[in-house]
Amino acid sequence: MATNSNFEKYKSDGSLLGSVLEWVDARFPLTSMWKAHLSEYYAPKNFNFWYYFGSLALLVLVLQVVTGIFLAMNYKPDASLNAAGLPVAFASVNYIMNDVSWGWLIRYMHSTGASAFFIVVYLHMFRGMLYGSYRKPRELIWVFGVLVFLCLMAEAFMGYLLPWGQMSLWGAQVIVNLFGAIPLIGDPLSIWVRGDFVIGDATLNRFFAFHVVAVPLVLIGLVVAHVLALHEVGSNNPDGVEIKKVTDAKGIPLDGIPFHPYYTVKDIVGVAVFLMLFSFVVFFWPEGGGYFLEYNNFFQADPMKTPAHIAPVWYFTPFYSMLRAMVWNFFWLDAKFWGVVAMGAGVVILAFLPWLDRAPVKSIRYRGPIFKTLLTLFVFTFLVLGFLGTKVPGYYFFGYQPATNPDGSIIFSPLNYLLSGDLIAQAFTVYYFLFFLTMPWWSKIDQCKPVPERVTWK
Amino acid sequence: MQTCTGKGDLEMKTMQKLKILLAAVLFAPALAVSTAALASEALHLDPAPDVSGDKDALQNGARLFVNYCLSCHGASALRYNKLLELGLTEAQIVENLMFTTDKIGDPMTVAMTPADAKKWFGVTPPDLSIIARARASADGSGADWLYTYLRSFYRDETRPTGWNNVVFANVGMPHILFDLQGEQILDAEGKLQPAASGTLLAADYDKQVADLVGFLTWMSEPQAEFRKRLGVGVLIFLVLLFGFAYALKKEYWKDVH
Amino acid sequence: MSNQGKMDCGRRRLIVATAAVGGVGVAATAVPFVASMLPSERAKAAGAPVEADISKLEPGQMMVVEWRGKPVWIINRTPEMLATLSQMEDELADPPSAKSIQPEYCRNNTRSISDKKPEILVMVGICTHLGCSPSAKFKAGASEGMSASWKGGFLCPCHGSTFDFAGRVFKDKPAPTNLDIPPHKYLSDTRILIGEDTQGA
Repeated sequence: MATNSNFEKYKSDGSLLGSVLEWVDARFPLTSMWKAHLSEYYAPKNFNFWYYFGSLALLVLVLQVVTGIFLAMNYKPDASLNAAGLPVAFASVNYIMNDVSWGWLIRYMHSTGASAFFIVVYLHMFRGMLYGSYRKPRELIWVFGVLVFLCLMAEAFMGYLLPWGQMSLWGAQVIVNLFGAIPLIGDPLSIWVRGDFVIGDATLNRFFAFHVVAVPLVLIGLVVAHVLALHEVGSNNPDGVEIKKVTDAKGIPLDGIPFHPYYTVKDIVGVAVFLMLFSFVVFFWPEGGGYFLEYNNFFQADPMKTPAHIAPVWYFTPFYSMLRAMVWNFFWLDAKFWGVVAMGAGVVILAFLPWLDRAPVKSIRYRGPIFKTLLTLFVFTFLVLGFLGTKVPGYYFFGYQPATNPDGSIIFSPLNYLLSGDLIAQAFTVYYFLFFLTMPWWSKIDQCKPVPERVTWK
Repeated sequence: MQTCTGKGDLEMKTMQKLKILLAAVLFAPALAVSTAALASEALHLDPAPDVSGDKDALQNGARLFVNYCLSCHGASALRYNKLLELGLTEAQIVENLMFTTDKIGDPMTVAMTPADAKKWFGVTPPDLSIIARARASADGSGADWLYTYLRSFYRDETRPTGWNNVVFANVGMPHILFDLQGEQILDAEGKLQPAASGTLLAADYDKQVADLVGFLTWMSEPQAEFRKRLGVGVLIFLVLLFGFAYALKKEYWKDVH
Repeated sequence: MSNQGKMDCGRRRLIVATAAVGGVGVAATAVPFVASMLPSERAKAAGAPVEADISKLEPGQMMVVEWRGKPVWIINRTPEMLATLSQMEDELADPPSAKSIQPEYCRNNTRSISDKKPEILVMVGICTHLGCSPSAKFKAGASEGMSASWKGGFLCPCHGSTFDFAGRVFKDKPAPTNLDIPPHKYLSDTRILIGEDTQGA
């Protein structure tokens, strides 16, 4: 083997293209990378619906980067007022919408892309939970993925400040003030993050820098690590069996098929369907009912006037609900601090999933009733937490009006408790954490079914 | 291909579970929608007539906007020459609608500075470029809000301007269209009652307001109609792409046994 | 599983068709992005034609108006100035303005709308070499630091290009062509519209 010089790696077939390839391959691992990651990367043949979201997440990432670059050409991160009395940043968004050729399309693609990113990524993460994709030996893939999710949240949060509308300003105000809850260093820290005593021009400029340069660099690096780790160990599948266990004489998994062309052509179908839904929103429903583009954000940022109701954008609301659910002072620290802890822990706890899950099988197909019940409940609580995060505190389900004592306190009655959004949010937050924290116990005692040797197919 | 006897069963059960899961997923938003309808301390808004396809109405709206609104409120995101898209000619725009500038490419701004406006009125009259989008809420579209708002001024001597509004309590703006609508007062039940008639009958006034609101809505996104037309084309194209991609996938996956 | 070498016609046709449709999609998507880099409505408005009032422009005087962010000179030339134009044609690089940029109606000896007002010169005050703005050196002779044989015109301070009273560059100077003449037209006897001519209107 040692005699192999680089020049023997790939032999030209005599054509011009072949000769160019030979020249390149002697200097850069083009053919070997193509083979390792596409044409000779063997993926299980039984991928189902849930396996589209990985490639779609990559597509949305590219969309966001490209549209973002073009928006940055015309956007101005400047909070000062222009001659018409509008903040320059806010007016530059209007400028993109009305004055830049096709600016409206690029802006809608970017704003819709932000929500699409979270939809796709949430479904992608749920796939991991369904089929145990985070289990050994794929722990690092999952951890990188959680880090990607964290970056995405940072990216979305800072990007949301840039249009400099009312929701931009007050959303950032609330979230940055969370840092103030950290004991001792809290207040100086939040001032340092803002670079001012309020969310101001300095904040806008640094968020712009983070949003367009710093976070995307880290995000893309992590995505590369995520994919490299995946290709090192190979993909999981809906049966949760290791296809590398059963191979042919050449070591190729019998249940594996080359990613290219089989999954590339399959993913193109997924891309076409996704683009239909995405285009439908972009062209016919860009505001997404006030969830993708919040109505109040069409008002310019006004530091003198808080909107009546501030809620974060929908993709943050499950975690925002957890933040609000903490209303008790523990130890010597107040509820605000514990709210921040709950919100942060709600995300971070995901990273520990590979070590919390002790079930003997990976896939939901062979897991017992406990997991299926608890996971269904988990999804339900997560959605309800998300829904409640968009509502004002003191919300009651079904428009219920709680009966009150003469002094205004709420009468003790089952309905007053069962329909209270605040109490439900607290209960569901507790469930969210219990789901993870008790997982080592219940995942072990669950009645799992025997796992087949090979993947099930057709 | 049934090598494993329990597999069909298993698949069925899994599907069953997924269906339940899906039902739960779909149930939550349904719950949200139904409660949203019930729970909002609903501001009652009258639905604004849709004049988006009516060039005459939009031109009339533009005229009303320039005559009644533009002296205090700018529309800095809109250039005068954009009005060409409403079917107005350059000469019509220059002669009838342009009072603050002589360049048709200029945005529709007000002559006074925001600082002066603040001094004179106490608040800066907001720029109205995208007001029709900003005023949208769970209660109704931005157009509905504006349509109701402009018809809901009433006499209130406790206010410095002498006017108040049902939709926008303690509003800073007086009733600018008062000569057209006349006066309303609030009765004991909190309902608006006509008190003095203006130059227009109620129905005609509503029509004028509808035109003005139609213009404000058009202005908030002048490319909206084009966007929807283009969207149809894009979706048709994507259906085509889906067809080819699906056929290609089928063709390749014949290999996979 | 291997499909090496046995790619059938149907499959090849489908690949080509899908790639073609996809390619059209990508190309069509690229159009808005490329087009977004063209001048915006604001830039177009700023680049709109500008009007200039020349009623107070005395003979021998020059005024500057801004058009598309560039200085546009309007010079009311005296008969003496006009007379210099024909005296030095053999010293000029491009006396008939063959290679230079001007509307067809200004491709003449005075580089002006000669049937209306031959004495009025409308010209972009940007040197065709590297974009500096030349300065006026209207006085003949050495009084303005020029050579004794200088008959009046313009000097670009950056690299020393000299131009006559019609903006025509002298030979052996760095500027490749005469100064540009923008499209313009007379709205009335005293009002010029710069940036638009009768052909374009």
